[in-house]
Amino acid sequence: MSALSSKHLLGIKDVSKKDIQLIFKTAENFKEVLNRPIKKVPSLRDITVANIFFENSTRTKISFELAEKRLSADIVNFNSGTSSINKGETLIDTVNNILAMKVDMVVMRHPAPGAAKFLSNHIDANIVNAGDGTHEHPTQALLDAYTLTEKLSNLSNKNILLVGDIIHSRVALSNIYCLQKLGANVRVCGPPNLIPNHIESLGIEVSYDLKESLNWCDAANLLRIQLERQDDKYFPSLREYSLQYGINQEILNQVDKDIIIMHPGPINRGVEITSQVADSNNSVILNQVENGVAIRMAILYLLSSN
Amino acid sequence: MKKVILEYKRVELIITRIAHQLVENHGSFENTAILALQPRGTFFGKILAEKIKSLFKIDIHYGELDTTFYRDDFRRNNKLLIPNEVNIDFNIEDKNIVLIDDVLYTGRSIRAALDAINAYGRPKSVELVTLINRKYNREVPIQPDYTGEDIDTRANDYVKVDWKDDQCRIWIITDKEK
Repeated sequence: MSALSSKHLLGIKDVSKKDIQLIFKTAENFKEVLNRPIKKVPSLRDITVANIFFENSTRTKISFELAEKRLSADIVNFNSGTSSINKGETLIDTVNNILAMKVDMVVMRHPAPGAAKFLSNHIDANIVNAGDGTHEHPTQALLDAYTLTEKLSNLSNKNILLVGDIIHSRVALSNIYCLQKLGANVRVCGPPNLIPNHIESLGIEVSYDLKESLNWCDAANLLRIQLERQDDKYFPSLREYSLQYGINQEILNQVDKDIIIMHPGPINRGVEITSQVADSNNSVILNQVENGVAIRMAILYLLSSN
Repeated sequence: MKKVILEYKRVELIITRIAHQLVENHGSFENTAILALQPRGTFFGKILAEKIKSLFKIDIHYGELDTTFYRDDFRRNNKLLIPNEVNIDFNIEDKNIVLIDDVLYTGRSIRAALDAINAYGRPKSVELVTLINRKYNREVPIQPDYTGEDIDTRANDYVKVDWKDDQCRIWIITDKEK
């Protein structure tokens, strides 16, 4: 089997189906590693990884850090809040300074779409995009799709629904690319204001009817309402959003089959999903978190050999 | 040049002999487990485990260990190291472990296996069974405890163990063509 076709993971758009399958296969082995009494392997012991986060993150950052530690890599963490960015330093200067300290890989989250691509044009290290603005969040899409393949065995012709704040969601775009490459049918559903114009041109369906969409799908991924990106008022109130597009047990009971409920986190409990549904048997939210570490280990392992 | 050095009849005798040697040393296998190395050691490992079971009517713990993440040549060449499945459904803590591989050459795979085992616990002891022992060009101080056949080879020879329908034939290829 050949290596990944790129030395970076910038977005799912440019990743081939073969690459995704290689990542999934490798993640399976790392999942086994994570269930051993000693959950650490020495594969990246001579690699230093810089985690550069220009935006807040809890689970992605912890998940990457844990993945790096499980692979025995050395880690440097960098948060924009406590850095020289506040003193006016540019992105390239910041990263070049970190690279001068002989860093081999950079995991970066940045509020500007395309930041990871920009970085990959200017520096030599392997870049992993941990979210760039409203553009892409490739590792989240890979772990979502991996979790789905565990439950549905393969995604060919399966119906996957993305609900909620599509317009601000980097998870949505990466999910759409990833699910389509794996053969799934994708539909987005949410208030018209939160669905970008012309999104159908990506080859997906658009619906504003949650109940009908839930009956259509095999799995529903409920995206977080990104309160931090709501500069304009996109809907009258969270309560109204929740009444129309929130998922509760009552709505699920009206669906005539068992569907898988996903959420990339962090959950706004009581807004896009009720606690009862988030903690129910239909929910695979904690499986997503568990698989996140294995997927990120696989990506770091595969990129480091490129 | 390709030359067959062992045909299956001879290999079968070897497997029977090693099965007897193992039972002589490990008795009922109550506190012993067999761990075959992925990928190629598992053909030999499965057949050896079956042979012990059928000859002596005893149950044995059999598992398969992958050493990919512990190898010392990761990123040292252009080849991507793809891991294989691990199947270990028993606790190895304080057990006598019998490692199985088909060919022992530089010894580096076994070194990696010794590291890999420790991720699952601390075995009481570890022994090594190898079907073919290439005596020269060892790069680490590792020797087998049970050997099918010792052979003399040069560094650019290649030893190929072909398993087909649980039967095997062992080739030596002396002109580097693999």
